Amino acid sequence: MSERKKTNIILFSGDYDKVMAAYIIANGAAAYDHDVTIFHTFWGLNTLRKDEKLQPKKSFMEKMFAKMMPRGAENMPLSKMQFLGMGPKMIKKVMKKHNAMPVSDLVDLAKEQDIKLLACTMTMDLLGLKKEELMDDIEYGGVAAYIADGEDGAINLFI
Amino acid sequence: MNIEKTLDAKGLACPMPVVRTKKTIDDIESGQILEVVTTDAGSKSDITAWAKSSGHELVDLKEEDGVFYFYIKKA
Repeated sequence: MSERKKTNIILFSGDYDKVMAAYIIANGAAAYDHDVTIFHTFWGLNTLRKDEKLQPKKSFMEKMFAKMMPRGAENMPLSKMQFLGMGPKMIKKVMKKHNAMPVSDLVDLAKEQDIKLLACTMTMDLLGLKKEELMDDIEYGGVAAYIADGEDGAINLFI
Repeated sequence: MNIEKTLDAKGLACPMPVVRTKKTIDDIESGQILEVVTTDAGSKSDITAWAKSSGHELVDLKEEDGVFYFYIKKA
């Protein structure tokens, strides 16, 4: 089945609204029978972070990073109208009213639809993120892994 | 029209109507008709475009009081 189209998304951002957009597009593309890959790098990696507090061995800098970065999509700020934390609360209320799925559910749906979730190992090192802090059912790679999927992609996005 | 299956996607927001439609159509046979009922305004163009791209035939599309009824014949 090599004629299946491919959708590839580089998820660089760690804002709730941007991650939501990325995952909605990814799930939509999967419904179109595309092979979908989301390549998580930099702040986008935090989407894959587990909610629980884990304490893997880390340097001082890495510990600081870990403290300042959100654990999972539901703890992310908005790219606009953050209002010291009120923004995300408000948008989640509105989303509930309109039956929009929370990002954590969209991530589960992505896994259900066999979307490949790739974590960039180089930026994991920079941000001090360890494998045990990230979800279990994901893949690891670098730019070449992304290009392999992206070179014949029908849709390539950087979010 | 002989409807094989009905998918009630009322109240669901993007991307769920298309995701559910795709899942449900996998359960029926080629040539059978799936009825999809939605309320999301975007689903009108979403499901129409999806059916076209996936090769299924949108036999009919009705709209009544903000509710959309799609009849999709599986390819």
